[in-house]
Amino acid sequence: MTTVAAAPRVLVFSTNNISDPGIDLAGSSHLHYPPGAVVISLPCTSGIKPSWVLYALQRGFDGVFIASDGDECAYLPDCSERSARVVSQAQALLSEAGIDGQRLKIAAICSVCAEPFARQIRQFCDDLSRLGSGELVA
Amino acid sequence: MAKVVEAARAEPGVVVAREAMFTCSDATQSEIVQDITDNQLDGLVVASCSPKLHTLTFREVARRAGLNPYQYTQVNIREQCSWAHTDDPQGATQKATKLVRAGIARTALSEALHPLDVETTPRVVVVGGGVAGLRAALGLSDIGLEAVLVEREEHLGGLVASLGPMSPHGRSGHEVVARLVEEVARRPGITVLTGAEVVSKAGTYANYHLVVKRGDELLELDAGQVIVATGAEPYQPAEGEYGYGLEGVVTLPQFEALLQAGEGPVAYQGRPLRSVAYVYCVGSRDEQHPYCSRFCCSATVHAALQLAARNPGVSQYHLYRDLRTYGSNEALLSQSRQRGSVFVRFADDDPPEVTRGTTDGGLQVTVRDQLTAGEELRVAADLVVLVTGLVPHDDPGLVRALKLPVGRDGFYNEVHPKLRPVETVVDGVSICGTCQGPKTSAEAVTSGLAAVALAGALLKAGVAQLDPQVAKVDPVHCDGCGTCVASCPFGAISMVDGRASVDPAGCKGCGGCVPVCPRDAIDLKGYTDAQVRAAIDALAQGVLA
Repeated sequence: MTTVAAAPRVLVFSTNNISDPGIDLAGSSHLHYPPGAVVISLPCTSGIKPSWVLYALQRGFDGVFIASDGDECAYLPDCSERSARVVSQAQALLSEAGIDGQRLKIAAICSVCAEPFARQIRQFCDDLSRLGSGELVA
Repeated sequence: MAKVVEAARAEPGVVVAREAMFTCSDATQSEIVQDITDNQLDGLVVASCSPKLHTLTFREVARRAGLNPYQYTQVNIREQCSWAHTDDPQGATQKATKLVRAGIARTALSEALHPLDVETTPRVVVVGGGVAGLRAALGLSDIGLEAVLVEREEHLGGLVASLGPMSPHGRSGHEVVARLVEEVARRPGITVLTGAEVVSKAGTYANYHLVVKRGDELLELDAGQVIVATGAEPYQPAEGEYGYGLEGVVTLPQFEALLQAGEGPVAYQGRPLRSVAYVYCVGSRDEQHPYCSRFCCSATVHAALQLAARNPGVSQYHLYRDLRTYGSNEALLSQSRQRGSVFVRFADDDPPEVTRGTTDGGLQVTVRDQLTAGEELRVAADLVVLVTGLVPHDDPGLVRALKLPVGRDGFYNEVHPKLRPVETVVDGVSICGTCQGPKTSAEAVTSGLAAVALAGALLKAGVAQLDPQVAKVDPVHCDGCGTCVASCPFGAISMVDGRASVDPAGCKGCGGCVPVCPRDAIDLKGYTDAQVRAAIDALAQGVLA
């Protein structure tokens, strides 16, 4: 079970108003990160279903990265706590399914956090390469 | 690109797939409309730039073609693909294919959504009665909207009311404010509440309910929009900062008060001023206040000209880091030089020192002049003016009541400094004047009028359209546990006949209730469980190189 994928596949959940503009800025600034990272944008991190994280990993993604609003969320004052709850519920689902919890990562990405985003994704892909893949494919 | 189009064409449900050089151009827009009508399509996917740029453009294209605008999906293959992976063209092409597939999958599961029309309340609450708020209230009245001006102090006018003659017209701040206040009083459509503060805001888009506290009284107000114009305050130097606390060391507002105190030669402690040193950028462009306060260079040079006219022979030394007498105020700088003002530039890390002088009652300023090869100068001064900038008010009550977005510098944040300069991310709340950052009074008034235009565009139409991408509860799966009701801070979910029900006018569309439902019975329209899973499926699929 050590078929190491050449390029890890990462699903990124971003938010329309905060982290997605930050990710756009990474592209506009030609900051490179592996193209295995693809983004699904939602209004708010607090709206992510924990089951989507498990589903993505079962469908063949090597990792899920939640680019959260942090304290900048325009909707929910307790967005950080809610997002933390989503992550811990998702972690519980992963652990039940025997999936390494390191495959889920969350970091606050602000609307101008281009460099931190590119750096985080590069780092996450490196970490995932070390974890290997294969055992995840359902 | 051709490979991506080819792959898209092979996807189930795709009838037309084509490439365009500039998809947002009029010509391509017309082609899209033609394709949709010719083939009676029920979905549109545009794969081009970020959705921030042209979502509204293509929603309009869909609408023109008779397609529901919410059955169009924007796929970002530029900022989040080609531009991010210029180092890996093949990887970028494969990624673009996946992104387009995900857009198609999501669109196939989209439903027609219809914005809810709501009537708007033609009244605006303006918070703050300085020049920006006063002028905004008049502007609102000009276009036929009712304005309620809420001022925390007992008097209107804000900072400008305390100013003497201002550049370029020479009218005093006091006169400018008096004219505005007089005009406001004349307008029947403007209500002024002084000694009052906004304590809460509730309600739905363009129909808000505010509670204003005046003394012990709580007043309820309906408003379609709130304009925040609460201003800023002068920086107060710390004891010992550039000698502050020594006799003869004053701030810019204190110096302005001195200029206004009488006619004839300007005096300090009864003695006419013969030598004045100005230290610029005090409380601006430092670690704690990294911004420029914009008005202070011009205000100081203007004050120096007044002093030169009233105290002939006065020596004036301007110790600055950078001078920003921009626009027409540049002429003031030339005049001030002609009138004998001396400008000395000091380095950021080598600030002047202000000490008690050797002569009776005087002060001494020591500065290393960068313009004469770092020569140390000692200036004897009767008065040292610290050119203090503006700092934000600390107003936690208002921030909490209106959920105002506070930036790192403590000022309120607009959505975009150029494209949406007075809007905030908070529904129905715009900002103007110096509460969003230091401004000259002219700039404050301009932004106040921009906020008026924004309110007018929304409220003069009488009807606003609410985003239909709201939460919905599946009544079959809902067991009425009420978890979602408690999770919605907007009070948009209530129990109807034992089942949760979302008020589409109150829902902000954040989706925060979606993961809290133990029965998985809530979906956010446009981002449904089925759509997200379909997108994940499409993105996870491999792509043949």
